[in-house]
Amino acid sequence: MGSDMYRQQILDHYKNPRNYGELDDATFSHVGENPSCGDTIRMDVRLEDDDETIEYVAFSGDGCAISQASASMLSSKLQGLTLDELAELDRDDVVDMLGVDISPMRIKCAVLAEKVAQDGAKIYREDLDIDATTTEE
Amino acid sequence: METQESYPLDVESIRADFPVLERKVGGDPTVAGEGDGDDVPLVYLDNAATSQTPKRVVEAIVDYYYEYNANVHRGIHHLSQEASVAYEEAHDRVADFVGASGGREEVVFTNNTTEAENLVARSWGLNELGPEDSIVLTEMEHHASLVTWQQVGKKTGAEVRYIRTEEDGTLDMDHAADLIDETTEMVSVVHVSNTLGTVNPVAELADLAHEQDAYIFVDAAQSVPNRSVDVEAMDADFLAFSGHKMCGPTGIGALYGKRAILEELEPFNYGGGHVRKVTYEDATWEDLPWKFEAGTPNISGGIALAEAVDYLEDIGMDRIQRHEELLTEYAYDRLSEFDDIEIYGPPGDQRGGLVSFNLDGVHSHDLSSILSDQGIAIRAGDHCTQPLHDKLGIPASTRASFYLYNTREEVDALVEGVDEARELFA
Ligand SMILES: Cc1ncc(COP(=O)(O)O)c(C=O)c1O
Repeated sequence: MGSDMYRQQILDHYKNPRNYGELDDATFSHVGENPSCGDTIRMDVRLEDDDETIEYVAFSGDGCAISQASASMLSSKLQGLTLDELAELDRDDVVDMLGVDISPMRIKCAVLAEKVAQDGAKIYREDLDIDATTTEE
Repeated sequence: METQESYPLDVESIRADFPVLERKVGGDPTVAGEGDGDDVPLVYLDNAATSQTPKRVVEAIVDYYYEYNANVHRGIHHLSQEASVAYEEAHDRVADFVGASGGREEVVFTNNTTEAENLVARSWGLNELGPEDSIVLTEMEHHASLVTWQQVGKKTGAEVRYIRTEEDGTLDMDHAADLIDETTEMVSVVHVSNTLGTVNPVAELADLAHEQDAYIFVDAAQSVPNRSVDVEAMDADFLAFSGHKMCGPTGIGALYGKRAILEELEPFNYGGGHVRKVTYEDATWEDLPWKFEAGTPNISGGIALAEAVDYLEDIGMDRIQRHEELLTEYAYDRLSEFDDIEIYGPPGDQRGGLVSFNLDGVHSHDLSSILSDQGIAIRAGDHCTQPLHDKLGIPASTRASFYLYNTREEVDALVEGVDEARELFA
């Protein structure tokens, strides 16, 4: 009985996370967690000189396979996007990226990395008060 | 199965009382999130979260709505009389079930355990406590009690203290004796831990509380469903439980309180139905327990809770307890065979009917999803004991919890399911 949510790609990203670590020269970083599951994600983002285009993203943290695989995939996907494009991403984009159906109770795990990146970018642009983030520090 | 005869319940006939146990799960592969469409039998091992409901209890609800739906304590008309008598008698039946000799006057129906905690916290705690007082809890309290008393502490200035949990999941009773002192006004303890399965020595804790003239509140959400609980033998001042964990419906629970204490307390909610005389200036309260049940109560829920109590008593609480213990011990032993499984709490033969564990390298949410695809329902997460999980140094755990309709075969299915997850993540 194969578990649909755990296709090879997800497990591969979970076991061999891409872009894992922290950046010394991040333009901004942000941490968020889902306290009830214990998923924690930190996203470090470095921007190009235009202060707009994402050059490199590293992530770190721990938690379930869905949250960690999602962060791993997202860290690659974000490179080359602008902050505006990052802000446009929604849960459907995350589900498409993961390439599997995510059961309703697990959506929070799947979108954590995206939310952390978006909140981090908003705080960087001073559009968001740090106290108002949905992802807590 | 060689040891099957020592199981005291006729599980096959019990399972026939629960239609949901016959269903298959797995879902439609064309619908997002519904898995790969394998139709597998439901293995329901999430009873500590909520239990399933036997036909008899559902029928009691249907009967009420089809035959005598009316408001209680108010109408003189026929239906209201029938409803009132059934609802009031339900209090007596529930009182009797937990050994409250005061009958209905000592049993208040609430939404659930959480509301019972809040009733005492607000009616008594907020009115009586101050900065010179202390409230003693355990480190293994459910949030229902922990958060409630923590907030009472913040509002009144009373100090909140936690009795230490030992390595083996039992309470450090020397620490309890130290913490419960002359400043202590309330000791609120969980009877059976919903995370560790520990069965706490509540009678001993009641003695410690009473030596200091403090009250003891017993959170019996995980004990009343599966063992004979006698509020007078343990000398509880308050004791609370939820219908939905004991074959009853959601939205109904009970608070036991000693009559002499309840008589002194302020109402919890204000409104209609619990007042005797009202003027523009003031109001006086109805007799117990109605003083605490302002507004139209959950009438069908109360009647159904009494039906659930009758159902459990017909089967026999001692036999239900023994059945659960045997299953739990079996599950504990089977899961203990694996080096990569860590189980929390006391040994298999000294615990309530649940086993919380972690499989090394697999987050409990992933494990839960994989088990779910095999029809197995278990609980993943912090089980509303976040501070305890912090203390254990784990973000979450996986909990299998058993009830009267579970079988050894279902435990075997769990172990196989865990095996599958292990392989997938290897
Ligand atoms: C030990 C314990 N206390 C309290 C509760 C809260 O019960 P309820 O959610 O029905 O109020 C639960 C169940 O979740 C529990 O296991």
